[in-house]
Amino acid sequence: MIHAKDIRENYIRNYPSAFCPGCGDGMVLNAMSRAVEKNDIDRKKVVAVSGIGCAAWIPSPYWKVDTLHTTHGRAIPHATGLKVGNKDLEVMVVSGDGDCAGIGGNHLLHAARNNIDLNVLMVNNGLYAMTGGQVAPTTEHGERTLTTPYGNPSQGIDICNVVKHAGASHVARWTTYHMNELIKEIEKAMDTKGMSFIEILSQCPTRTGKKEGLSGVDMLEWYKDNTTKDKDGEGIFVGEIHYIKRPELTEEIYKQIIEQGGEPKC
Amino acid sequence: MKKPGTYFMEGNEACAEGAMKAGLGLYAGYPITPASEVMNHLAKDLPKTGGRFIQMEDEIASMAVITGASWSGLKSMTATSGPGFSLMQENLGYAVMTETPCVLVNVQRAGPSTGQATKPGTGDVMQARFGSHGDYEIIALSPNSVQEMFDFTVEAFNLAEKYRTPVILLADAGVGHMREKFTIPEDIDIVERKKPKEGEIEFFDTDEEDHVPPMPSFGEGYELMVTGSTHLGDGTRDTATYEAQDNLVRRLTAKINDNRKDIEDWEEMYCHDADLVLVSYGSMSRPVRGAVKKAREDGYDVGFFRPKVMWPSPDERMREIGKNSKVLLVELSLRGYRMEVERCVGGDNLHIYDRLNSLPSINQVYDKIMEVLE
Repeated sequence: MIHAKDIRENYIRNYPSAFCPGCGDGMVLNAMSRAVEKNDIDRKKVVAVSGIGCAAWIPSPYWKVDTLHTTHGRAIPHATGLKVGNKDLEVMVVSGDGDCAGIGGNHLLHAARNNIDLNVLMVNNGLYAMTGGQVAPTTEHGERTLTTPYGNPSQGIDICNVVKHAGASHVARWTTYHMNELIKEIEKAMDTKGMSFIEILSQCPTRTGKKEGLSGVDMLEWYKDNTTKDKDGEGIFVGEIHYIKRPELTEEIYKQIIEQGGEPKC
Repeated sequence: MKKPGTYFMEGNEACAEGAMKAGLGLYAGYPITPASEVMNHLAKDLPKTGGRFIQMEDEIASMAVITGASWSGLKSMTATSGPGFSLMQENLGYAVMTETPCVLVNVQRAGPSTGQATKPGTGDVMQARFGSHGDYEIIALSPNSVQEMFDFTVEAFNLAEKYRTPVILLADAGVGHMREKFTIPEDIDIVERKKPKEGEIEFFDTDEEDHVPPMPSFGEGYELMVTGSTHLGDGTRDTATYEAQDNLVRRLTAKINDNRKDIEDWEEMYCHDADLVLVSYGSMSRPVRGAVKKAREDGYDVGFFRPKVMWPSPDERMREIGKNSKVLLVELSLRGYRMEVERCVGGDNLHIYDRLNSLPSINQVYDKIMEVLE
């Protein structure tokens, strides 16, 4: 049994929260912490990398591990440098949908192709929240945002499908309503050798909520009512989407170094 | 990695050898003319020394990877040319702000934009200094031979480690693709970054005279907070207060400016009694030096001045030279170093011989000297 007090004391840095009331980001932080606590892992080796946006603030400054808070969209390549530099690091990437699938989309695609052993958590609230609520690559067709006042003329991307076909070992989708499942999935991500990508649908009561007249709780209820664990069911599928064993980049690079008579520098 | 000895190699390959000699732990890059030979050479030889080689999807990612790798505790490098250098400016600024040692090689080509990819140019000199946004200082070295492609790459790593900052090797296609003899010496000084002493918790501020705080690595248990946002000494983000911004940005710039006597380096000949001093750098300085020697032999009081470190610039020395002599700046671009030389020696005193696409002959430079002396 994990107590909230222990999580707070051992995993959370004592800074005033920057998250809006009802935001899902704190729940993701809780899930990450519990997954690490449950996993038998050397805490010193757990590191987190993030980019720009609300979700990037989940590990930085709040998560009590080594954190690298980088530039917009570039969390994945910075994390690649850390992982290839030191294969013993357990590297978490926490990124929003704009950061990860928009400006960082090319890096995401190639990290999946390389199947590098990163745990990428893409916290998806469906828009650019920190800058006021502009349209994102994940926003559904027809949605109204600050920059699509007449409805989104574009389409939202099915990013899990993209990452799966690009070559990541492990792809899953959950929501902040599914906390226990999410914790288990993050644990599985840490145990997976290869890239794990977890899309976490997460509520933004400030941008979406205000517009739709929904509270954070209402939005959690919406996730409950509009998701399904059945692949042929009605609604948004939540659960594991893809799992396959493939060669992993860091391991392949280290293997070549040893084959060429080198001793991996550290 | 080559053993100490004398070799006949290309400048870009000598750069790769220098990097391995300096202790390169990870190279990340993206192919581009005229810099690709650096990565081709390292892809083959770096793994044999225990270093990692990785080709990335673009130059943005390459610069990010070497920054991340530096925090894993390795010495890291990337190499590129103009178009890639533009893409790297974003994360170069991040490396400056987070005080991440790394080396960025720019084998300059003729621009702007795609320009003439195989032709040399030095139009990125100001970009090297000012290319990323915000207030910052940078170190940039300018080699003019295959020997210096080796030596300055080692020096770039040493300065990066010493001052905990990215360092630019500002080469050009002339020296990058030049083949000539160079020597790898037996003894080479290698500098390693300052690591924290026991109990130290401030890695982003210091009272030390050199302004350089110690740098731990990820995975060592420091619970580091590294951020490109303005931060306090312990890494805590502070995006609002005056003192935080003032203290950090002033220290980051002072780190370079207050240590410029240690960083500065130049070559000069006959400047003490010269009526006219030719200022040049990079591959262009080769025919310029030849022309100055020839003019001296013919009895003309001309001198030669070559910054080896472009940034911070040897401005004090250039000012002195400008007081006593006329100055002829010879460079492979229209606006390369011109504003900086003009700042030091004054516009009235400054003559320009600018060329694009290729180096002039010694005789062409000689003729220009005669023109100015008249």
